[in-house]
Amino acid sequence: MNIIKAVNLVFDYIRRDEDDKVEEVSRALDHLNLEIEEGSFVAVLGHNGSGKSTLAKQINGILLPTEGTVWISEMDTADENLLWEVRKTAGMVFQNPDNQIIGNVVEEDVAFGPENIGVPTPEIWRRVDESLRATGMAMYRKRSPNRLSGGQKQRVAIAGVLAMKPRCIVLDEPTAMLDPNGRREVIRTIRELNRAENITILLITHYMEEAIDADRVIVVDGGKIVMDDVPRQIFSRVEELKRYSLDVPQATELAWELRQGGVDLPDGILRREELVEALLPLLKGRKGCQ
Amino acid sequence: MIRDITIGQYYPADSPIHRLDPRTKLFGTLVYIVSLFFADNLWCYGAATLFLAAAVRISRVPFRFIVRGLKAVVFLLLISVSFNLFLTDGRVLWQAGFLKITDAGLRLALFMGLRLAYLVIGSSIMTLTTTPNQLADGLEKSLGFLNRARVPVHEISMMMSIALRFIPILVEETDKIMKAQMARGADFESGNVIRRAKSMIPILVPLFVSAFRRATDLAMAMEARCYRGGEGRTKMKPLQYERRDGFAYAVLLAYLAAVIALRLIW
Amino acid sequence: MSIKAVDLTYTYGAGTAFEQRALRGVNFEIKDGEFVGLIGHTGSGKSTLIQHLNGLLKATGGDILYHGESIYQEGYNLRALRGKVGLVFQYPEYQLFETDVFSDVCFGPRNLGLSQEEIEKRARHALRLVGFPEKLYGKSPFELSGGQKRRVAIAGVLAMRPEMMILDEPTAGLDPKGRDEILGQIERLNRQHGLTILLVSHSMEDVARYVDRIMVMNHGELAFDGAPREVFRHYRELEAMGLAAPQITYIVQELRERGVPVDDSITTVKEAAAAILGLLGKGGGEET
Repeated sequence: MNIIKAVNLVFDYIRRDEDDKVEEVSRALDHLNLEIEEGSFVAVLGHNGSGKSTLAKQINGILLPTEGTVWISEMDTADENLLWEVRKTAGMVFQNPDNQIIGNVVEEDVAFGPENIGVPTPEIWRRVDESLRATGMAMYRKRSPNRLSGGQKQRVAIAGVLAMKPRCIVLDEPTAMLDPNGRREVIRTIRELNRAENITILLITHYMEEAIDADRVIVVDGGKIVMDDVPRQIFSRVEELKRYSLDVPQATELAWELRQGGVDLPDGILRREELVEALLPLLKGRKGCQ
Repeated sequence: MIRDITIGQYYPADSPIHRLDPRTKLFGTLVYIVSLFFADNLWCYGAATLFLAAAVRISRVPFRFIVRGLKAVVFLLLISVSFNLFLTDGRVLWQAGFLKITDAGLRLALFMGLRLAYLVIGSSIMTLTTTPNQLADGLEKSLGFLNRARVPVHEISMMMSIALRFIPILVEETDKIMKAQMARGADFESGNVIRRAKSMIPILVPLFVSAFRRATDLAMAMEARCYRGGEGRTKMKPLQYERRDGFAYAVLLAYLAAVIALRLIW
Repeated sequence: MSIKAVDLTYTYGAGTAFEQRALRGVNFEIKDGEFVGLIGHTGSGKSTLIQHLNGLLKATGGDILYHGESIYQEGYNLRALRGKVGLVFQYPEYQLFETDVFSDVCFGPRNLGLSQEEIEKRARHALRLVGFPEKLYGKSPFELSGGQKRRVAIAGVLAMRPEMMILDEPTAGLDPKGRDEILGQIERLNRQHGLTILLVSHSMEDVARYVDRIMVMNHGELAFDGAPREVFRHYRELEAMGLAAPQITYIVQELRERGVPVDDSITTVKEAAAAILGLLGKGGGEET
């Protein structure tokens, strides 16, 4: 079943002047169509201004379509009566770790979502315990969020979403403000949730290494989906990616450079181990190699 | 380091007073303040001193933390004591020029000084033993009746706890912006008042812009987590009176009765 | 002519329970015209270090010599130093405050007490250096895109005509294109205009591509200081510090371990491609 389905989705940002007259309309999403299977891990790539963040905000009803429809597990996000159900089903983690933590103590922040939807007290405790354990933050539960690292704060934010028992989590550049260690810990947590709890993940990012392990990669440009495939296929199209102002992982780029130079390497090399394995048979037997 | 600043200076410890329900402590502080205004003889002040000493002792907060709260009002304390001391009519005990000390003045000054000092110490015991969050919760619950008068009690308490969370962040941000402007040659120290006030603009504008951005982000994050005001909300840590709160209320009422009795008898 | 740190030590909250030694005896010298990368994980002391170089923080021990003169000596003009050693903080767009781009860039040179004509000349020059389009000079800085804001903020420091620029994570939060543009501009400032650059970064790939020399901070100490290829040879120690060498280093090292004689000083994709093509006898590289 498809947990997310968008049909002919259009979204315009409208700027109005003081007299409420429309001054400027910019189209962020342009007749976009998308279906996402429950339980999958999907990475969304695109440069700043490509529309990928706007897409994320459509999924839990923070923004509503100008035209077209978005369904979250068959609920129309534009239906006011279903709004809270939609937000419960599709949780959201934002970029700035400081600006999404409400509680003054880690465990109280994780409880914020369940409190809002009226979960009874004993059940809140159970959910907070579980969510903190699943994100590896149990030992920090009594801490003030101000004293955590960026990566830890993002894990608290993820735990807070998890405590609402969502079926899908949308993460809007959750690692953009983190250092490499923080990035790794957040990605590890997300992957684990996808694997162990079967939660659908929509990861919006511009770090290509984070997309390698996804089941599917979507590239957004000009408010449209321009590429949509498994990572191996996506990353074999190096020139196309560069045209959309995106990077490729260094191993992929080196493989591509070598192919340009006439070396016979397979398509879509993603990891450095793959590249080394593919290169060795070619290099062995050459002068100077043992 | 700047993030260690705590507002309301909570002193973490595990004492019977720390464990009391915040509503009990709020009510207790109120009762104590009322009792101080009732007190008008030494016996009453004796009772107030005993009560306060007992509370300090039980709270396990080191005395120097409690006195620290007095430093802020030392100036006010001195002024009100000296006004009462020198400007009250009565039997003159000592005189130098227009300054005179009378028996009534001495008495008033002593009572005024004690009243102010005890008031500050009494309320610091509350803030030192209650986390700001508990305080906000306590206020929300005890002022719940104001809801009927259309006072947005839940919203006010939510604002308090969000402010508490963001004050340290904004303090740190101010420090960062100040340094960034200093790196561009800004000077915050020299010049007259007007120049100095003007030199704050490069700090205040970015700070406001950032605060608004954070507010927008936070509002969106709260909405994404299904926040829709106080209605239908449950609590992870609901306030619940325990037996010790009943005991505390009993002690409080007994103390208030004692002060009133002491005042009426003497 | 250079900036030199001598036994630089800095302790936060000295004498209190929160005492923390952020710098422990750091020594280095950066010569005029160098392009140096400074790396280290969060909390390694690199942010503290750069705030010493323009006198925003005062060392608790040791000295900083700018062109041979101690910046801690009596009567040293720290504000003039801040004009010479430009520091661009992380997310510098958070410091913008004027009603239009051009006035904001004028703020730095104005603080130096220059004539109006000179101020405007410098501001225009700085904005041109960062490739900011002239038709947007009158726009409010708050209406610009993220990448443009960042450029204006960098121009704001450049307009003081510094001899040296320190940039703390100038590409944080930008997309790959924005990142390449900013780094390209910084490189030009160094190569064409002779500015000394100290680039603080988390990204080894970026650092390897641009800088001549890398300094690695760890626990308040300078752990490594040398050319990228020399520093990345210690990739195992870098990993232990929570850092990593560029991916390309790992590929090269792995090939070497498996008996392929690739030069282990390779740090970029282009170099690696040339070397491997050379070994395969294609493209003529290093084959003899």
